[in-house]
Amino acid sequence: MSDNPYDPASTRTGEPDIRQRRVRISLVWLVPIVAALVGLSMVVQNWLSAGPQITVSFLTAEGLEANKTQVKYKNVVIGRVTGITLSEDRTRVIANIELDQGSEAFTREDAQFWVVRPRIGASGVSGVDTLLSGSFIGADPGDAQGTQREFIGLEEPPPVTFGVEGKRFTLRTSDLGSLGVGSPIYYRRIPVGQVVSYALSDDGKGVVVQIFVNAPYDDFVTSDTRFWNASGVDVSLAADGFKVNTQSLSAILAGGIAFRAPNYSPDPEPAAEGRAFQLFNDMSQAMAPDDGPARFVQMRFDQTLRGLNVDAPVEFLGVPIGHVVAVDLDYDEQSKSFPVVVGALIYPNRLGGAQDKLLAQIDGDGEERNAQLMQVFVERGLRAQARTGNLLTGQLYISLDFDRRAPAVVFDAHARPLMIPTIPGSFDKLQEQLQAVVDKLSKLPIDSLANNLDGSLNELRKTMEQVNGSVLPQLQSTLERSEQTLQNANRAMADGSPQRQQLTDTLEEMQRAVRSVRVLSDYLGRHPESLIRGRGNDAAPPSFKGGATSRELNTELQ
Amino acid sequence: MSAPPYAGELGLQLCHTCDKVCLLDTHECPRCWSVLHPRKPNSLVRTWALLIGALILYLPANLLPVMYTDMLGNGSESTILSGVIEFWRGGSWDIAVLIFIASVVVPCIKFFVLGLLLVTVQRRSRWAMPERSRLYRFIEIIGYWSMLDVLVVALVAALVQFRALSTIEPRLGILFFGLVVVLTMMAAMSFDPRLIWDAEKNDVR
Repeated sequence: MSDNPYDPASTRTGEPDIRQRRVRISLVWLVPIVAALVGLSMVVQNWLSAGPQITVSFLTAEGLEANKTQVKYKNVVIGRVTGITLSEDRTRVIANIELDQGSEAFTREDAQFWVVRPRIGASGVSGVDTLLSGSFIGADPGDAQGTQREFIGLEEPPPVTFGVEGKRFTLRTSDLGSLGVGSPIYYRRIPVGQVVSYALSDDGKGVVVQIFVNAPYDDFVTSDTRFWNASGVDVSLAADGFKVNTQSLSAILAGGIAFRAPNYSPDPEPAAEGRAFQLFNDMSQAMAPDDGPARFVQMRFDQTLRGLNVDAPVEFLGVPIGHVVAVDLDYDEQSKSFPVVVGALIYPNRLGGAQDKLLAQIDGDGEERNAQLMQVFVERGLRAQARTGNLLTGQLYISLDFDRRAPAVVFDAHARPLMIPTIPGSFDKLQEQLQAVVDKLSKLPIDSLANNLDGSLNELRKTMEQVNGSVLPQLQSTLERSEQTLQNANRAMADGSPQRQQLTDTLEEMQRAVRSVRVLSDYLGRHPESLIRGRGNDAAPPSFKGGATSRELNTELQ
Repeated sequence: MSAPPYAGELGLQLCHTCDKVCLLDTHECPRCWSVLHPRKPNSLVRTWALLIGALILYLPANLLPVMYTDMLGNGSESTILSGVIEFWRGGSWDIAVLIFIASVVVPCIKFFVLGLLLVTVQRRSRWAMPERSRLYRFIEIIGYWSMLDVLVVALVAALVQFRALSTIEPRLGILFFGLVVVLTMMAAMSFDPRLIWDAEKNDVR
């Protein structure tokens, strides 16, 4: 080794230093490695972001498409339908749904799924946007603890979605009327809720309607709130005029329920969730005070009751206290007649204060007291009578009135049901009176009257023939003669006829004569002596001068 | 054998850049100063690596949606194959065939041919060497036609933007597909077709 690093001997161009790469793997292999990593990361991410898989069954797959139909909650996509298959029994379709990550709330047991399609109902139009975009599956999360993977989809959108505050109540009614799911609930005509569902009661004798009242209004449903069916139009004709009462146009079409607490309700408190109420037919029924227990009574009528329907009112002195529930035909073997037995429900509480006072006088309890009261009434002349309520339609109603002239009857206060004695109805009375009139009419000797009348008429005809045969021709000739006479007279009076000329002359002569007399009398008035002495020559009246006419004389005199 | 001599036998090599014939022992092209190699360096390994990378990427390119179509609020994503099926069902079978050839047939042919070339070259097979050489040139030519799909998506996504009426957006799959095309083209480029003929000589390489 030399000390001089620049020794010429050591600066020869040696072999180039060939460095071998220690790792003999080309860098180009990074490309497939990166590609594999990217692919792997995507698989992992896909696997991590995959949400729960559920299946929902529907009646029909109308509007659903695999890989296309989305699942939305509040219009946010939370999943999609990955496949549609038929159920094993082929009655339903099963949509396989892949939910997004973080939508576990939609796998809870009470989560709900339904298909959003355009719907046009009486209560409005919904889902219009799906006309263009196609149907999607609406979802509603639940809050139950358990989860499940298989759901049964709703065919109609649920009227109440998750998280809406309010209370559910149960209404019982005899029939559904025009109500449907989604029918509105009104409180003072403000829509505050809707019908959620309805079902037949277990025994099939009524309908149970579930309603939902939204949050701030649910406090107005108190323990003695009355619900009534607000569907349709309530037309009433009362003494104060014609009244039409409705809730709203949509309630007329789609039906609705209204509720209100009676004004006299003492300090109301909000009803608990799920409380059951009675659903009345109309407001007046709903707001009426409680009728109390009903009593079944029977009445036996011996006349036809055409026009008496079930539900016809039963009135006591004009106050409606019940209604007819049955009209049955009976057969009486003794009289071989067919009496009509009318059954009616009577609500004694409707008598109000009268009931309390009357019952206070009678000992006993409940039904016994009522029966005794009825006995007292019957003894005083209480009778049932079928009266005509409407002259046009002939509708009958049962009226309970006191009739002091009614014949006494035996009343069995222990019979059940109570049998109220009857008297013939007012219409029957009228019929009887008419019958009497007809009887009297039929007693008249109409035959002899007619015979007499016929003879008289014959006489009259003969007289008329006589008059026609002889009197009339004579009368005609008389008329002709009188006409000739009149013509002669006419001719005599015509202008230029000698008679008329003579008459005119005669009249003029007479006129002159009269004038002469007047002149004479004037002259005599002035010269009375001339009667004795005769007329002087100088005093001749001027009118006797020649040429004087009567006309001139007249002007002179005037 | 009256075959023409190999360049290596004559002590010559070709510049890759300017195609000047240089002496075998020079390291730089005296004309363009680019590095000289008798064959493309590391050709087989690079081609293998790029081909495998392309194959891996071909999976997401086909599985992921390439396009999102929103017609009147009805959005749907379509992969390449679902698009082909949709066109076919819609009656436009010509477009379906075109897309199918451009995006499925051509890449698959490229994978197959490149793999075939690589395997035969490594096995120093002398089978059908002129045909294989022609096959390589064919691969190079059809390579970029696969970009048709990418272009269609890019064009349509740029043109169809009518807000609520209809919107088309590209999705991740088309990126992978584009990468597949680029990688296969690079793989084809990095393959040296002269290696096919090297099988005739034992001592070359």
